[in-house]
Amino acid sequence: MAKPLTAPKGALLANWRQNIIYIGFVAIFVVFAITLNDKGFLNPNNLLNIVRQTAMIAVMAIAITFVLAAGEIDLSVGAVAGLATVTVAMAIEAAGPFAGVCAGLATGLAVGIFNGWLTTRIGIPSFLTTLAMMGIAKGLAMWISDTAAVPILSPGYSWLFGGGSVGPIPVLLFWVAALGGVGHIVLRRTGFGRRVLATGGGETAARYSGIDTANIKMKVLVLSSCAAALAGMLYAGRLQSGRFQLGEGDELSVIAAAVLGGTSLFGGKGTVIGTIVGAMMIGLINNGLILFGLEFSQQLIARGGIIILAVALSQKR
Amino acid sequence: MIAAASAPLGAVPAVRMRGISKSFGGVRALDGVDFDVLPGEVHALLGGNGAGKSTILKVLNGVHIPDTGTVEVAGQRLDALTPDAARRAGVAMNFQEMSLIPTLTVAQNVFLTREARDGRGMIDDEDSIRRAEAIFQMLQVEVNPRALVGDLGAGQKQLTEIAKAISQDARVLILDEPSTALAVSDVERLFVFLRKLAAKGVAIIYVSHRMDEIARIADRATILRDGRHVITAPTADLPIDTMIEHIVGKKSKGLADVARGAARRGVALLEVKDLCGSHKPDHVSFTLHQGEVLGLAGLLGSGRSALARVIAGIEPAVAGEIWIKGKLVHISQPSDAIAQGIALVPEARATQGIITAHSVAENMVMAVLGRITKGGLLDRARAAAITDDMIARLSVKTASRDHAVSTLSGGNQQKVVIGKWLATDPDILILDEPTAGIDIGSKSEIIRLVRDLAAAGKAVLVISSELSELLTACDRILVIADGRAHQMLQRAELDDASETDPDHALQAAERRLQIEIQKALTAKEAIHG
Repeated sequence: MAKPLTAPKGALLANWRQNIIYIGFVAIFVVFAITLNDKGFLNPNNLLNIVRQTAMIAVMAIAITFVLAAGEIDLSVGAVAGLATVTVAMAIEAAGPFAGVCAGLATGLAVGIFNGWLTTRIGIPSFLTTLAMMGIAKGLAMWISDTAAVPILSPGYSWLFGGGSVGPIPVLLFWVAALGGVGHIVLRRTGFGRRVLATGGGETAARYSGIDTANIKMKVLVLSSCAAALAGMLYAGRLQSGRFQLGEGDELSVIAAAVLGGTSLFGGKGTVIGTIVGAMMIGLINNGLILFGLEFSQQLIARGGIIILAVALSQKR
Repeated sequence: MIAAASAPLGAVPAVRMRGISKSFGGVRALDGVDFDVLPGEVHALLGGNGAGKSTILKVLNGVHIPDTGTVEVAGQRLDALTPDAARRAGVAMNFQEMSLIPTLTVAQNVFLTREARDGRGMIDDEDSIRRAEAIFQMLQVEVNPRALVGDLGAGQKQLTEIAKAISQDARVLILDEPSTALAVSDVERLFVFLRKLAAKGVAIIYVSHRMDEIARIADRATILRDGRHVITAPTADLPIDTMIEHIVGKKSKGLADVARGAARRGVALLEVKDLCGSHKPDHVSFTLHQGEVLGLAGLLGSGRSALARVIAGIEPAVAGEIWIKGKLVHISQPSDAIAQGIALVPEARATQGIITAHSVAENMVMAVLGRITKGGLLDRARAAAITDDMIARLSVKTASRDHAVSTLSGGNQQKVVIGKWLATDPDILILDEPTAGIDIGSKSEIIRLVRDLAAAGKAVLVISSELSELLTACDRILVIADGRAHQMLQRAELDDASETDPDHALQAAERRLQIEIQKALTAKEAIHG
């Protein structure tokens, strides 16, 4: 249970509902590899493209796994990522790349503390707090950028934050691997991670056990906003500009990735590895459907259907 | 007989509480209580509902701050009375399933916030599992430390709670009704373990309503009544009827004046034959007549509420028959029971009975919405008429029918729940703890209402932990223990003709009923062992 990756052989199939995401990922990969072979699906470049396109979703999804596991939600991540692209680009323009990085992180920290304060001190449910923040962040981004793209002219920044690659491997993959590894260990093996799972699993019981649940909720919401700001910094580096539209609508893919990966919307359950595979699966499906030559409208329908199927199969009977 | 509350000379008490008083909103829960527990003893804490047992334990545990009084643990006065300070002083307590997280494993729950760490400071779940296994082995019970708590039955959850309290290596271990969901054999093993623990010098405070348990496990007992200390004495000097006398007291608390109209018993409305639930009830049979109030008496976990839930279709019946008005019926879900004229007023008023943010009128018609819609629209005039009728019939004190139920007192909220079910015009009304959390004045009003309903031809089944209420409300009382029906008592059998003062007569009857309940427990043990 605590270590799904070291479970004895055969357990993967025995607990197939729990592991549906891994089984589904492999199944879809194999189907695409066979049917789309002539369209270059297995081409390393195509596979690395999938990584590039889903890295930002994965970064945000790793953090939202903590938010969902604590029984809360964060709908503002996409808009906060968009806002961060703008603040980073403007700070780089004004004072250089280091100031840009600071501005990006400060954006995430400020939004997160505000979300957490409203949720834990004023008592507004995080669904409403972050729904409102979605609009506020987007409005701020449009306002300060005058709805125009802000170019980033720092090659060093662009290389490190999403644009570069080491040999054939995109830098983005390192970001996802590093954050995923840290996130997995923090959720599984630290006191903070255990308190997050306890808070979402039973808030009253957690308080009786001496856990400061308001503090935990505050921390996961700050974590989520900071991850969203980092995703925004990666968007900005990859596209060498800041624009308010970046990250728009990502919150749904981010939540879908976590839920596909086995994290419960009702709190108490979550795995970072599952979330990353969930994000990759969404990228895989998008890529495959494009290679199949489906129109955008058809892609939307097919993607929705696959997600419903996967989540339905993972439900406990 | 009455011994002083102080400890023998020379020993430093593990717990020394002096002059503890605590009020909640003007109601005095504790009034200058002294309480001492010695190292190495098992000390039973006894008292009826509302005697102040859980309040004094919560003071000791730092959950409640007393208005006056001091707390010493092992000779050290606790200055800050917080849960954390109590824990650091070595006080551990089991909460009745309140502190378990269903989505974590047994081992993760036992060591929550005190997890074992490996060399790099990371949580080591395997080590927690080993340590949890060691605790369960000491207790000689079978609990899988890797199982998710949410998948466990009530007994296993209770053992997990006990393990969580034990694992803190406390100087003072408080066990609040630890055996309500345990099998007889597990209780035996728990007792053996507690003896060993006491031999090591741990002070154990044991709360239970089962006096056979107290007599066997406890060295001394302290009895509270109405927030006051009554007696502390070695259990060897406290035969069960003496304990009951101290718990019940001599004078009743104002229920004796409720007039008990003569029962006009009519035809049999509900007949239950050999009814079994998945765990409880266990082959229960009884008959309930029109115009009659039947009480179910038994301790927490005896299966009283389970029996009510099976009859009302909330839990499935595994075997047995339910006959209503002479016809065999099949009840597999609550709507079947409602269609047969059965209404259950559940125990948890706020979560299962009413929507407190909604108005009195909205709550009253909630169960009859289908009947008062015309062409898809709610017939508001009829809803108002039904509500006004119920408000008058039950004398609900509310500013208007449109006021939110949350603005009403507990007693009046309960009347709204009863009214909601009366609106369905049931023949059989089941009331589970109808007076829980209600002040004494409203209690007698609810009891009077129950008598009136029976007089009006309803058949009423009442579950209550307060025996004086059962005695005031009921014509007959069925004693239940471990899911089984033990004895059907006629109310009159419990009266003592020589007792003329009504207050004393009620308390005398309560003592008799209490003895019957305790007898049923030992009878059960005779069957098992």
